Amino acid sequence: MTGDVQIGDSIVVAETRAGLLPELERVPWRPLTDERRLHRAELLWTGWMLAYTIPFVAVAGVLVLLQPLALPVALISLAHAWIIPELYAQRGANVVRPPRAGRGTRAEPRPSEQVAIGLLGDLVGHRARELHRRTGLALERGKLGVWLVGESGALLVRPGGRRVHCCCVRVNEPTLPPADRIAHLLLALREDERGFATVANTAFAGAPWRVRRRLPSRARAALAEAVRTARSSAQ
Amino acid sequence: MSRLIRMDHTGHTTVAEWTAGDPAAVEAAVDAFRRELDRGYFGMVSTGEGHAEQVRDLPVDAELVILRLPISGG
Repeated sequence: MTGDVQIGDSIVVAETRAGLLPELERVPWRPLTDERRLHRAELLWTGWMLAYTIPFVAVAGVLVLLQPLALPVALISLAHAWIIPELYAQRGANVVRPPRAGRGTRAEPRPSEQVAIGLLGDLVGHRARELHRRTGLALERGKLGVWLVGESGALLVRPGGRRVHCCCVRVNEPTLPPADRIAHLLLALREDERGFATVANTAFAGAPWRVRRRLPSRARAALAEAVRTARSSAQ
Repeated sequence: MSRLIRMDHTGHTTVAEWTAGDPAAVEAAVDAFRRELDRGYFGMVSTGEGHAEQVRDLPVDAELVILRLPISGG
């Protein structure tokens, strides 16, 4: 009887695992990401930002009220309230910034990169292929939102386009051409979107405008396109 | 003609090609596929727009099987 139950359990486990990203075995302590967890993360990040900024703004106000001559110190406090969220947004934007070795080599892609772009082009549709050519990011619609996949991370624009999650995730093989790195992430994302979001480390979650200002100029068009797509898909 | 390709430093490499009616080519492709899995690659096939599936045995009737490396949080 016990054996039957164990066999039954193992079948259930096997069926469940079949659709899961195998890399999840490396992060067994993380609960599988879902809508609720993403929403909770958004609230936490908003609360975190408020917890940083409100005290600095309050200190600035109190200082000026108590002693107007303390205005320079109050301004420094306000600067802190502005800079800290910007630093977090910078950290978020960095996930889709090409690795340092790949910067500045875009004008003439190596032959291996051209081969990799061909494969990536076969995986994505015409629109995403064109966007990748212009911005270096591949757009992919998912159930959790609209993804922008880069070489060493991805942005998840949530339905409605009001929140973006910056996910640090990569394939640890430095010799791969950039488009192949994107193709690796894209295939993993397509296999198991929730697993992909679980494996990734969240560098920042917040308003798209915060991240946009910190993105490389050509990546901003991709974020704008993803926000548009997320807004239209939410309607 | 079905293809097994590996994403690597060259962009991608064709590891094996076969047709379902050629048992010798299929056997060679299956061997090549197993060798790549042993090296740590995952076999992937597209299952429609925006979807992919990991395969642990070579799907002989698939047009394209792609080998990818594991990903991790950065």
